[in-house]
Amino acid sequence: MSRGFPAAARETLANSQLRRNLGKATTTIRAKRAATVAEVPDWEQLRDAGAAIKAHAMATLPEQLERLEASVTRAGGTVHWARDGAEANAIVAQVARAHGADEVIKVKSLATDEISLNEALAERGISAIETDLAELVIQLADDEQSHILVPAIHFNRAEIRALFERTIAQGQELGLAAGAIAEAARRHLREKFLSVPVAVSGANFGVAETGTVAVVESEGNGRMCTTLPKVLVTVMGIEKILPEWRDLEVFLQLLPRSSTAERMNPYTSLWTGVRPGDGPEEFHLILLDGGRTDVLADEVGRQALHCIRCSACLNVCPVYSRVGGQAYESVYPGPIGAVLSPLLFGLGEHPTLPWASSLCGACYDACPVKIEIPKLLVHLRGRVIREEKSRLAPEALAMRAVAAAFGSRERYERAQKLARLGRGPIAKAALPGWSAMRDLPEPPRETFRAWWRGRRDGEAGPPA
Amino acid sequence: MKVSLFITCFNDTLFPSTGRATVELLERLGCEVEFPEAQTCCGQMHGNSGYEEHGQALVGRLERVFSGAETIVSPSASCVAFVREHLPAMEGRLFELTEFLVDRLGTEDVGASFPHRVTLHPTCHSLRLLRVGDRPRRLLEQVRGIELVDMDEAGECCGFGGTFAVKNADTSMAMLSDKLRHVLDTRAEVCTAADTSCLMHIGGALRRQRAGTRVMHLAEILAARE
Repeated sequence: MSRGFPAAARETLANSQLRRNLGKATTTIRAKRAATVAEVPDWEQLRDAGAAIKAHAMATLPEQLERLEASVTRAGGTVHWARDGAEANAIVAQVARAHGADEVIKVKSLATDEISLNEALAERGISAIETDLAELVIQLADDEQSHILVPAIHFNRAEIRALFERTIAQGQELGLAAGAIAEAARRHLREKFLSVPVAVSGANFGVAETGTVAVVESEGNGRMCTTLPKVLVTVMGIEKILPEWRDLEVFLQLLPRSSTAERMNPYTSLWTGVRPGDGPEEFHLILLDGGRTDVLADEVGRQALHCIRCSACLNVCPVYSRVGGQAYESVYPGPIGAVLSPLLFGLGEHPTLPWASSLCGACYDACPVKIEIPKLLVHLRGRVIREEKSRLAPEALAMRAVAAAFGSRERYERAQKLARLGRGPIAKAALPGWSAMRDLPEPPRETFRAWWRGRRDGEAGPPA
Repeated sequence: MKVSLFITCFNDTLFPSTGRATVELLERLGCEVEFPEAQTCCGQMHGNSGYEEHGQALVGRLERVFSGAETIVSPSASCVAFVREHLPAMEGRLFELTEFLVDRLGTEDVGASFPHRVTLHPTCHSLRLLRVGDRPRRLLEQVRGIELVDMDEAGECCGFGGTFAVKNADTSMAMLSDKLRHVLDTRAEVCTAADTSCLMHIGGALRRQRAGTRVMHLAEILAARE
């Protein structure tokens, strides 16, 4: 089980360098995103369309998945079904081994992070090499990701330079120019692109109609991985499915603007099965459930499956932009992670995440597919309380007592007197956390209703 | 116009001056204000904390208490947002104060006078749940003598979030620190908002720091005749 958000956040909040790096990065991307989104006159309609397409895809999921399987197979690919991460990992290892590979190169993929593919392959003697620059930084630093899109957002340039000089660019002085630092990674990775026979990717979208898989990226490493090696294995969460080819039109507008604040991302790779003499000779598509069908069974929570992993909600979140991704103790951090992690990995595994939000609503406004994250958070709070907590927990008892007090005017007015004396159940429970930084309000001389009555009676009565 | 006041338990108990100012303001603008004394709490704290059952019961109770009211006004964006979400039928009957003034009374100049330097915290629930837009600002702009200054990152949450402020006290404080910096950078004497809860949060820290800036609910400024 995780340590829980309050404890993990307390630790990350104490890291002033992280606060600085993260604050700067999120403020920048936030402003850029707002500007890029404002350019699109029909942005709101696009969001509606995105939400509708996803809702339709989820409502017809079994049918769409079978269509996808048929189209991929028709195009010469092989489709595998994986109930969970262990099954998916075993399939990847099996494919790699069949080609005698002890190394695979990877396109940045959250699905493979979710199932700890790298660790599973390592146990079988296969090293997975991350080719996304930020993923490479995380891998070399033996650290954890802290952002969906920019996993090394908590690093600054000087830290990355020092890391590279310690690892892939030993004995070199890279300087602080971004180009020179990136060049060190490029040289290191080029060699791998050209020599490793098996690549593993995730999928941003899988089109049921045509069997086309899409990966959207900025660095070109994905294009290298999906075109140069002999064998390509794609691990795709089943919720990434789009029914029709034309649906891509909506998402290829929504995704880049929401994630990197780009009008169009530099590399959009689309492939349909295999074609002799062009790209990989063998293509495997692993369809991963990994708890997703359980999420689908939660009528309110299922919206979380609409997520296209753009990370706009992270960048606008006042909580995320201060605590960083690691406080969420999951590959899915930020507002969407606070709903997706408990849904996918179990409420008992992440019981504090639904409370890791002030419900300010910024995430919903930024979400390109209009996932009602605040509503989902409240829903999950209810589920945690009902399914994971005792009805006799101190908080539950206090809440019941307060609800009873609010249930009648007489009890309420009695409770008001206590609250003004600072002795009510809420005041008692809240006091230590509150008073660390904030004074409590001075108890007023009289309540509003006392004033109202005095005024009314005074007015109604004879002049004094 | 006859108006029923939904004061909210929070204002009633801890911040009665918000309620007094709301009554004075509405009466000055010609409204006949009534206060149904059976009202208690709308259930927001319970509802948003995951105690749905209690939240539902309380919001249902509120609906009954106000069943005879034609127009309901409340000086709390967050409570209005909660009630509207749970009682869609309240649409068109229940108004947050700035909505009521601008949309129903059709006035932006409420005849207030407040010669002080003021900054507005627009509040999450006003902005993103009720979508009141710039109504609070437009009302403030008409106040005589006021010097209105914008704070940076105004739309960002102050870190209150109900039980969030105590359940995730460290994170809440980190958010509050930045909000305070933005408030103090304006050199305003007064930080105002349409939500008392944010003001209790921001104001509690300003007082703790002896910062020399105070908080006032928007209604208090709009009622002022200094």
